[in-house]
Amino acid sequence: MTLPETSQMVAGRSKGARARGRAAIVARFLVVIVTTYLGLLAVTFFIGRVIPIDPVLAVLGDRAPTHVVERVREEMGLNLPLYQQFFRYLGDALQGNFGTSVLTTNTVMTDIRRVLPATFELATLGTLIGSLIGVPLGVLAAVKRGSLIDQAVRVIGLIGYSVPIFWLALLSLLLFYAQLRWVAFPGRIDVVYEYTFTPKTGLFLLDSLWQGQWDVFRDVFRHIILPASLLGYVSLAYISRMTRNFMLNELSQEYIVAARAKGLSETRIIWFHALRNAAVPLVTVIALSYASLLEGSVLTETVFAWPGIGLYITNSLQNADMNAVLGGTIVIGSIFIAINILSDILYRTLDPRTRAR
Amino acid sequence: MMHTFGTTMRRLTAGAAIALIMAAAAPAYAATPADTLVQAWAIDDIISMDPGEAFELSTAEITANTYSLLVRLDLSDTSKVKGDLAESWTVSDDGLTFTFKLKPGMTFASGNPITAEDVAWSIERVVKMDKSPAFILTQFGLSGDNVTEKAKAVDAATFSFTVDKPYAPSFVLNCLTATVGAVVDKKLVLEHVAPVTPTAEYKYDNDFGNAWLKTNFAGSGPFKLREWRANEVVVLERNDNYFGEKAKLARVIYRHLKESSGQRLALENGDIDIARNLEPNDLESVSGNADLSFDSAPKGLVYFITFNQKNPNLAKPEVVEALKYLIDYDAIGATLIKGVGDIHQTFLPKGVLGELDEKPYKLDVAKAKELLAKAGLPDGFSITMDVRSTQPATGIAESFQQTAAQAGIKIELIPGDGKQVLTKFRSRTHEIYFGEWGQDYFDPNSNAETFTINYDNSDTGKVKTLAWRSAWDVPKAMTDEAKAALTEKDGEKRAAMYRNLQKKFLEVGPFAIVYQKTEVAGLRKGVAGFKLGPSFDNTFLGGVTKE
Repeated sequence: MTLPETSQMVAGRSKGARARGRAAIVARFLVVIVTTYLGLLAVTFFIGRVIPIDPVLAVLGDRAPTHVVERVREEMGLNLPLYQQFFRYLGDALQGNFGTSVLTTNTVMTDIRRVLPATFELATLGTLIGSLIGVPLGVLAAVKRGSLIDQAVRVIGLIGYSVPIFWLALLSLLLFYAQLRWVAFPGRIDVVYEYTFTPKTGLFLLDSLWQGQWDVFRDVFRHIILPASLLGYVSLAYISRMTRNFMLNELSQEYIVAARAKGLSETRIIWFHALRNAAVPLVTVIALSYASLLEGSVLTETVFAWPGIGLYITNSLQNADMNAVLGGTIVIGSIFIAINILSDILYRTLDPRTRAR
Repeated sequence: MMHTFGTTMRRLTAGAAIALIMAAAAPAYAATPADTLVQAWAIDDIISMDPGEAFELSTAEITANTYSLLVRLDLSDTSKVKGDLAESWTVSDDGLTFTFKLKPGMTFASGNPITAEDVAWSIERVVKMDKSPAFILTQFGLSGDNVTEKAKAVDAATFSFTVDKPYAPSFVLNCLTATVGAVVDKKLVLEHVAPVTPTAEYKYDNDFGNAWLKTNFAGSGPFKLREWRANEVVVLERNDNYFGEKAKLARVIYRHLKESSGQRLALENGDIDIARNLEPNDLESVSGNADLSFDSAPKGLVYFITFNQKNPNLAKPEVVEALKYLIDYDAIGATLIKGVGDIHQTFLPKGVLGELDEKPYKLDVAKAKELLAKAGLPDGFSITMDVRSTQPATGIAESFQQTAAQAGIKIELIPGDGKQVLTKFRSRTHEIYFGEWGQDYFDPNSNAETFTINYDNSDTGKVKTLAWRSAWDVPKAMTDEAKAALTEKDGEKRAAMYRNLQKKFLEVGPFAIVYQKTEVAGLRKGVAGFKLGPSFDNTFLGGVTKE
């Protein structure tokens, strides 16, 4: 004979089930992180070994005599079998030891601490520009679906998707720097200020504002505005397109019809009801766009001589500076994972249904 | 309701437009500071600032301006040297011992006095560390075991240097003008040595300050190194303790800017004072600009095409000769290297003792076909060529590809990154390779040795000269002649020996030397006193001024 279940028993079981569910999610999440990191380490290592560049050349330059080349090859462990090199590499990485960059002679972490704020500042401003313009444009395109504005937004998006960013960067440099002189020479700051301004956080805009150095702020702004606008444009193309789609979906929902029937203003319906619901998936879109700007602005950084992490990793890879490549890759990987977690948390905060599930 | 939404959007758009206009309307200012020389230069070759380790072209110029040496090249007559730290020097009768007397009252930038002990220790650390440029000194018989005896301070102002053979004095002195001979501040460097565990290869318990000097400075030149950030910037500041004439400018900044077009834009807009890597098309575009002037100098850098002797077709002397006749030197000189190079077919660059200005080869397809027929290849053959994917290298390779095709030789170009193609060349796995060679030091032996001596042509050969990399088993007579020129004391006779060696090389060497680099710098109006030297370690900035 089975005893009837009490409501307490049901509640206790569901609590336990929820806890087990959460534990499973956390475990799955940890497995994903560990696998991602191991994958990153393995891929970086094997890329470093298959590129047809002798890493010793990065350490010694082009003109080293043979006996020095051989000695350094041994010191770097490159004479060991590949599997031994991999385990050595893995062991060091797991201890957080990324070693020293042969290109800069600094420890890799010192270099990353120097270059990461530059990329962070650029990508953040780029994402801000992309979101602040992209979201309203997407909303506008959805509201005025099929109109000339919608077509224009589509064309803007198409150009952003399809035109190579380095080409846009070069053209914009020619126009805004060489012809119009609206923006400053590539780089992060003018030489006039390079040795009079001492940044604290590495975020020059913030540092100069904080220190009340308005002339420095203006100079930094004139350096960052063009690359950030370009990155913002690329980001805008994606964000406006996705916003349009999400908004179209929301605007066709019954609650919008109900809101209109209640006599709410169109502005209120669009910005406070439709966009609020569209914002839930939009958070993921913006987060992913931000993450891609953090790691994918290599070409922009190259054209604008922007001393960020993309340029750092590219230079390192071209010179077979594998310590730097490994360190940079792990940092980028960590940023990706962190942004994904953040967007997940935001998603759950904005959408109560996901919390209930 | 739609009207309300439209109004909101219009307001937003207007706000954004006003913000953009405000940002854009800020006036541009681009003049570099009056006391600072800003140069744009591709400085991504720098791997260390330690003169005992640095062996790159950019570092050569920086070291030359921040460190002092015993002797320097005499720029008014590059076959001679003049004293820098050394006031005078003598050579013993047996030709083995060089004794240098130092100028009095000199100090390093740190304020420490410069003594013969500093000179001796600088050479000792180079030999014991045994980094890339150390061979320039160890070729005189110096080793970690004997260096303290061979290079020693006789007293505070006298330094003695003993070599193992009675070399031509010009050879020894020329080698001492290389930046590896830079004198470091012993007292200062000793404060920064790092402990090292001795091994079979490295027997010493410290690094002689190498780790610290990679990014720091311990010299006595007209400028001090303030900062080097790899692939970004090098900053020099005036050394007010310099024993010679003080530098006119307070600061020199080298900004890493690789692309010629970027350098041109920055130069035209006044964001830099000097552009160092202008390519022919950019040079031509700015040549009429009244705000700019130009300086140029032939450099000790020769560009060559080499034919790997491991390839059975390329191993035929007639084929090598035919290939030399299939290069359109005139067209290359008139277009691809216009302004940045001069056609030059011998291995010693202009300006070096023993230079030979002979150009026996020109494009002659008929002759090449005749030679190919003689080699049993009347229809030509297919071959690959590795080349750096930069200009003018790629352009020259493409030109060669077209002209060689006229004689039936089908060349497949394999462009690659500099280090990538070099890795292949160093392992002798190329077929044809287009490369460059810069003198290690300003003496004919530097190029004569690498082009005409191959100590062991087996794959396990230890000394990988250019002759080895091309798998060329150099005729013994040529090798002997190159070695004999090293000990010839009479300068004229020594020069004649090198000229003779080059004539033979032109005939039989599996190399087609194509051109010698001319370095060109674009200068903003107002920059004065800037003069490019015959080698990178002879471009001095102390006398540069700005209006």
